[in-house]
Amino acid sequence: MGVTTRGPASAATWRPAAPLRILDPTAERDAAPERPLAPRGEPRAIALVDIRKPRGDVFLDELERLLRERGHEVLREGKPTFTKPAPQDLRRDIAQRCDAVIEALAD
Amino acid sequence: MPELVALVKHDCPVCDQVLPALDAADIRVLSQSGAQDTEAQAARLGLRAVPELDLDLELSARLDPDAVPTLVLLDGADERGRVEGLDRQGMLDLAARAGVELNLDGLPEIRPGCASLTRDPEVAARLAARRARAEGRIRSRELRVGELEDPFEALHDRGLTDGLPVVPPTPERVVAMLDHTSRDPQDVVGVVPPYGGEATVEKVAVNAVMAGCEGPELPVVLAAVEAVCEETFAMHGLLATTHPAGPLIVVSGHPGFHSGVNVLGQGDRASMTTGRALQLVVRNIGGGRPGVEDRATHGQAGKLGMCFAERLDDTAPWPGLAQDRGVPPGEPGVTVMALEAPRVIVDQLARDPEGLCASLAMALESVATPRLRLAFDAMLLVGPEHGRVFREAGWSRAQVQQRLHDLTHSPAGSLVRGADGSPEGIEPKWVSDPDMPVAKFASADRILVAYAGGDAGLFSMVFGGWAAGEIGSAPVTRSIQPWA
Repeated sequence: MGVTTRGPASAATWRPAAPLRILDPTAERDAAPERPLAPRGEPRAIALVDIRKPRGDVFLDELERLLRERGHEVLREGKPTFTKPAPQDLRRDIAQRCDAVIEALAD
Repeated sequence: MPELVALVKHDCPVCDQVLPALDAADIRVLSQSGAQDTEAQAARLGLRAVPELDLDLELSARLDPDAVPTLVLLDGADERGRVEGLDRQGMLDLAARAGVELNLDGLPEIRPGCASLTRDPEVAARLAARRARAEGRIRSRELRVGELEDPFEALHDRGLTDGLPVVPPTPERVVAMLDHTSRDPQDVVGVVPPYGGEATVEKVAVNAVMAGCEGPELPVVLAAVEAVCEETFAMHGLLATTHPAGPLIVVSGHPGFHSGVNVLGQGDRASMTTGRALQLVVRNIGGGRPGVEDRATHGQAGKLGMCFAERLDDTAPWPGLAQDRGVPPGEPGVTVMALEAPRVIVDQLARDPEGLCASLAMALESVATPRLRLAFDAMLLVGPEHGRVFREAGWSRAQVQQRLHDLTHSPAGSLVRGADGSPEGIEPKWVSDPDMPVAKFASADRILVAYAGGDAGLFSMVFGGWAAGEIGSAPVTRSIQPWA
């Protein structure tokens, strides 16, 4: 495969080999198309999601205070555990009740 | 009327002997050789007609003879009879059935032919790959590596490796790999985090080829993929975490895996490539890339692939881990567990199980940090010289686990935040009695115990876990049998 690297016996030796065919090892999923963000005004209700890491609550308490000062409605939500993706019901609930979401890291 | 057709090749002396007679009888001849060689052969033998070319070995692949010359009687697509090699009477009988006058005077009665080109291992592999594609057994998109590209660089540039060179997964190699499972290549083994890519048997085989698997490891890789895709294993979080853990595969009772000296080290192809294949599946099918989805602060060398086999010979103090966790005796199994890099526990003096457990427990206390309790599981890999102590005392695995659990309790006062100057630990509000013993592990069976290693060395190894149980990852055991 590839370019001949040893001394050629004839001109034909320098002909490149046929292209190598390999099988795609990925799941062959197409990348999601680029979608513009939906137009949005000033969010009214904001969800704060605690991912359940130590001291995440400290950070979120401060954020909540600042957001309320600015007149936002704040909903405190939480994942059952930081090790797993947020359950679908939680994501749906937040999407229905809130205009924006802040998911906090911690540690 | 059925038609007589002959298959020949240019570098076969028996074909040379028979061709003039076939030519004289106006029998249709197809050659497995290329155009130039075929023309040269016809000129050399003074044939009236140059044999046709069996382009892409279409007819040869369909008839699949062992040898040429092959004379075959075809009725449309149906075969009515054939003779392989030179068999004078057989050929004359076949010709008579086709109403063809064939004169084989002067030729030997019997002479075996030459191997059909379809028997050339490289050609056979190409034909098998073509057949697999035509029958829909392989469906992966084909990528072409450019003529002037180095295949190893090309695969790396496309983001398909773990940083080490991989074996290019040609259709021929993948089809040969699929021979090592009876499963349909399109069966889905699991949905792989983080992006939920569907791992078909075919896609796993592609990654097993890339990892360098020889073939017999494939059922083990398939069982391991099935296991890590279980929701309770939490592969998504294990990939994404800042913690250094990765999936370890313990093989219990599958042949071909080394379980003795240097069992966790380099050298055993089956172990090295099986662990690597699983991680390539997570990367390529799941889409988990280091530094992108994988946010490990440090990671560890075992994230290239981590797999070992238990030593289940007559030195073993216990049955296999998989068999202890539900796989029927005599059936091979895998257990996957989210673990960090292993560390040695040295005790060269203990000769009784009580003393040995005391030493092992001290090391188990240190998983993550002695201050963190109930959050991490562990795996203890007992070496043969330590295993002998348990075997001779007749201690079961469950007994060892229970004793280790009992011994890994520490007084609450020593674990509280601020004790000995360390701010990590249990919140003071949970500590009412500083003498109250607090368990390191949630239960005895959260210390998994395996046995492997070389004969010499009074050592065992401990692997610390990642966030354990319901809040994180639980070990998963699966039988290999369904994937064989």
